[in-house]
Amino acid sequence: MKLVNKLSIALMTAGVALTGSVQAATELTVYTALEADDLKRYASEFNKQYPDIKIKWVRDSTGIVTAKLLAEKENPQADAVWGLAATSLLVLKGQAMLSPYAPQGVENLSSKFRDADQVPSWVGMNAWMASICFNTIEAKKHNLPKPTSWEDLTKPVYKGHVIMPNPNSSGTGFLDVSSWLQIFGEDKGWSFMDGLHQNISRYTHSGSKPCKLAASGETPIGVSFAFRGAKLKNKGAPIDLVFPREGLGWDMEAAAIIKGTKNLSAAKKLLDFAVSKDANQMYNKGFAVVAMPGVAKPVQYFPADAESLMIDNNFAWAANNRKEILAKWQNRYDGKSEPK
Amino acid sequence: MSIFENLPVSLTQETVLNTPKATLSRDQILQASGLLIASIILLITLVLPLYTILSKSVEDQQGGFIGLANYIDYFSTPALSMSISHTLTIAFITTFIVIGLALLTAYALTRTCMPGRGFFKVFLMAPIFAPSLLPAISLVYLFGNQGVLKGLMFGETIYGPIGIVIGLAFWCFPHALMILVTALSNTDARLYESAKVLRTSGFRTFMTITLPSIKYGLISASFVVFTLVITDFGVPKVIGGQYNMLATDIYKQVIGQQNFSMGAVVSVVLLLPALFAFAIDRWVQRKQVALLSARAAPLIPKKNPVKDWTMLALCLPVPIIILTVLGMAVYASLVSFWPYNLSLSFANYQFDLMDGGGWEAYYNSLEMACWTALIGTLFIFYNAYLVEKIKGLKTLRMLYHLAAMIPLAVPGMVLGLAYVFFFNAPNNPLNFVYGTMAILVICTVAHYYTVCHLTAVTALKQIDNEFEAVSASLKIPFYVTFWRVIMPVSLPALLEIGSYLFMNAMTTVSAVVFIYSADTMLASVAVLNMDDAGDIAPAAAMGVLIMGTCILAKLIHWVFSHYLLARTQRWRAGT
Repeated sequence: MKLVNKLSIALMTAGVALTGSVQAATELTVYTALEADDLKRYASEFNKQYPDIKIKWVRDSTGIVTAKLLAEKENPQADAVWGLAATSLLVLKGQAMLSPYAPQGVENLSSKFRDADQVPSWVGMNAWMASICFNTIEAKKHNLPKPTSWEDLTKPVYKGHVIMPNPNSSGTGFLDVSSWLQIFGEDKGWSFMDGLHQNISRYTHSGSKPCKLAASGETPIGVSFAFRGAKLKNKGAPIDLVFPREGLGWDMEAAAIIKGTKNLSAAKKLLDFAVSKDANQMYNKGFAVVAMPGVAKPVQYFPADAESLMIDNNFAWAANNRKEILAKWQNRYDGKSEPK
Repeated sequence: MSIFENLPVSLTQETVLNTPKATLSRDQILQASGLLIASIILLITLVLPLYTILSKSVEDQQGGFIGLANYIDYFSTPALSMSISHTLTIAFITTFIVIGLALLTAYALTRTCMPGRGFFKVFLMAPIFAPSLLPAISLVYLFGNQGVLKGLMFGETIYGPIGIVIGLAFWCFPHALMILVTALSNTDARLYESAKVLRTSGFRTFMTITLPSIKYGLISASFVVFTLVITDFGVPKVIGGQYNMLATDIYKQVIGQQNFSMGAVVSVVLLLPALFAFAIDRWVQRKQVALLSARAAPLIPKKNPVKDWTMLALCLPVPIIILTVLGMAVYASLVSFWPYNLSLSFANYQFDLMDGGGWEAYYNSLEMACWTALIGTLFIFYNAYLVEKIKGLKTLRMLYHLAAMIPLAVPGMVLGLAYVFFFNAPNNPLNFVYGTMAILVICTVAHYYTVCHLTAVTALKQIDNEFEAVSASLKIPFYVTFWRVIMPVSLPALLEIGSYLFMNAMTTVSAVVFIYSADTMLASVAVLNMDDAGDIAPAAAMGVLIMGTCILAKLIHWVFSHYLLARTQRWRAGT
C-alpha cells in the first residue's frame, strides 16, 4: 500500500479514535456553576432515582458558564443547566435559548423561586447570599475592628485590606454591586463604591477567591458569599462570617433545559428531580434558604434569620441593566493601579 | 535544546537532480498531492481561523458588519487601551533584564572556564519545564502578604508590575540563554588571536569583537523574549493584580464578559506588535546566514582563575534564584494549610476534591501531549521533507514554508479564540471536532508548528540529496527512501521535535483555555482554574506535577537519543 494512503488512514483512524466516545443512550451534558466539591453528591442523589441517566458535568464559575452557553448559542453543547445564577438564566431566556417546561411538583416551590411565566423557563433551587469573610488573626495584627455594615468597609482604617470579586466575571461580584445599587439607590450606591474602591487592594476573577484569600491570610477582609465562608470555617480557617446589617445581596441557583437538546426526556427528568423535596433537602446541606418552603433547617455558621437579611432583589431589573452597570463599573474601577 | 540554533533557514538551496525528464512520474503525482493535502490542512487549521478573528473584530455581537466601530470603542475606553502601554512597558523592562542576565551567564558558560558549568547548564534550563503559572504562584508564597521573604519587598506589593516582571523574567530566561549560548559559540577564534597579538585590552576586545559577532543573536534573543512577554498569559493572570495586560484582557473580555467582538479586537491589537517583532527577527536571521564564514576556527576558553571565579560569583545568584522559586512551589504544594498549619502532607494533591478537573485533567494532559508529539512529529517532518526535497512546485513549497512561519508570531490566546470562532460555527462541516481531544491536539500542533518545522528543515538540509537521486535511478519510490533512509537518519531531530511538542503540550495554557471541554480538561488549565478559585496550594501541586512530568520526559529523551546515537555510530562503523 502506498505510504501516503497508509499515513492518511492512520491519521483518520487516530482522528476517529480521538473524536471518540460513543454516545451512551442517556448521557446528559449538564452545565453548572455549583461548587466542585458538591458535584459528585448531587449526581449520586439524582442517580438514586434515575439510575439510567448519566450526568456529564461541565463546571466553571458563573461568568464562564454563561459565556460558554452564549458562545455556543448556534450549536448548543449542553442539554440542561443545573446550578447557575438566575440572572444568567434570565439573559439566556432573553436570547430564547431555554426550552420552557413545568416540572412535576413545580407548584410546591415558593413563587419567587420560579420563572413567573405559566410554563416556567427556569426553576430555582436555593439562594446564595453575600457575606464578608473576616480573618481574625490578620485583623488583630493590623488592629482592624470587625465591620458590621457595608458602610464600615469604606472607613480609612481598612485601606488596602479589602478584596472583592470583579463583577464582570463573577456572579458574586455582580450580585454585590447590583444589591448595593438597590440598597443605597443609584447615586448613593456608586458613591459608596467610590469609597470602597479606595480600600480595595484588588478585584479577583472568582467569587470564592476573596474568602479563600482571607482564610489564608493574604487579606484580612474578603467580600464573598456565605456558603464558601462556612465551608472554610469548617475546615479550620481563622475567619468569622460577617453579615452586614443593611441587607445582603443574593441570587438563586436555578435549573433549565437548553433549547434544541437531543435528550429532552432525560432533561425533563432532571428538572423533575431538581424541584423535588429530596433535592431541596440536598440543597439545604450547604444553603440556608431553599426553593421549597418548610424544608430548610438552620445551617452552621449561617445567621438564623438568613432569609430576613436578604434584600428584596429585583432580578428583572438586575438582568436588564446588567450590561450598563458592568460597563460603568469597568470605566470607574477597572485598571485601578493606574496612577491618575 | 538545539531548537533555536536551527532557526536560520532559507529556501535558496535549489536541488538540481539528475533524473530523466519524464512527464509527471507516479512519484511526482504522489508528492504533489501530498503537499497539496498538507497545504489544505494548514489552510484550515491556521489561516482560515485567523481570518475569522479579523472578521469578528468588525462585527457587532449579533454578527452584523459595523466597520471599525469596535476599534473606536476600544481606543476610547481608557481601561482597555491602557493595557497597550502596560504591555509594552513590561515587555521592554523584562527584555532588558533577561538579556542582561542571559548575556552574562552565556558568556560565563562559553568563554570562561567557570567552575561548575555542568551544574549551571542543567539548572539554568529548569524554568522551561514548568507552565508559566508556576513561578507566578511561587512568587505569591515568597513575596505575597504571607510570603516568607515579604520583607524584601519594602512595603511594595508583588501583585502588579513588579511580580509580572519577575515572573516573566524567570520564565523567559532559558529561551534567551539558549540563543545567546549558540551565538557566543559560533565565533571565530582567529579574531581573538589577532587582538591578542595587537595587545588589545580585554574591554576593547569585548566591545569590538565579541559584541559585533553576537549582535544578531542578541537581537534575535531580544525579540524572542519580547514576543514571549507580550503573549504570555499565565504570569499576569496569577500575579498581575489590577495591572491589566493585553493577554489577560482577551481572557477577561471573552470569559468574563462574553464580549467576543471585543476579544477579537484585543486579539488583533496584540497580534500587531507580535507580528512586528517576528518580521524584524526574520529579517535579522536572514542577514546572519550570510555573515557566517566556513573557515572560522572554534574558540576554546583558557583557564584564568581570577576571571573564572569572578564569573562564578556574578552568576551564582541566577541558579540560586531559580532553585528557590521552584523549590518554594514544591514546598508550598506540600504544606497542609498555609500559613496557619505548616505540617507537610499530600492533601493538596487530592485533586478530585477540588475545582479544576481532578486527576482526570492530568491524564488528559498526558494523553493530549502524547498524541501531539506523535501526530505532530510525523506530520511536520513528512511535510518538511516534501518542502525541502521534492522537485518542482516551487511556488506551493514557498507558500507552505511561509505559512509554517505564521504560528511563531501568533499568540496562543489569539489562536485559541480563532479556533472557537472557526470550528464552533454551525455551518462549518468540521464542527464535530469541537469539544474533542482532537481539536486540542490540532491546535497545539499548529501553535508550536514553526520551531518544529525549522528543526526538521535544518536536519533535512544536512542529508545529502544523492539519496533521492540514487533511489530515483533505482526506481525506488520516494516514500520508501523516506521511510527506510531519511527517517532513521533523522531520528535525533525527530526525537527533538517530539519532546519539544510533548513538553509544550503539557505546559501550554493560552491556546487551549478557550477550547477545552468537560471531557478534555487539561492539567495546565486546571492550574489556572484552581488559582482562579483561590485554591492556590493545589494549583501549585498540579504545576509541580506537570514540571515533574516534563523533566521525566526530557530525561527519557536524553537517554533514548544517547542510546540511539551509540547505535547509529556502530552501524556506521559496520559499513
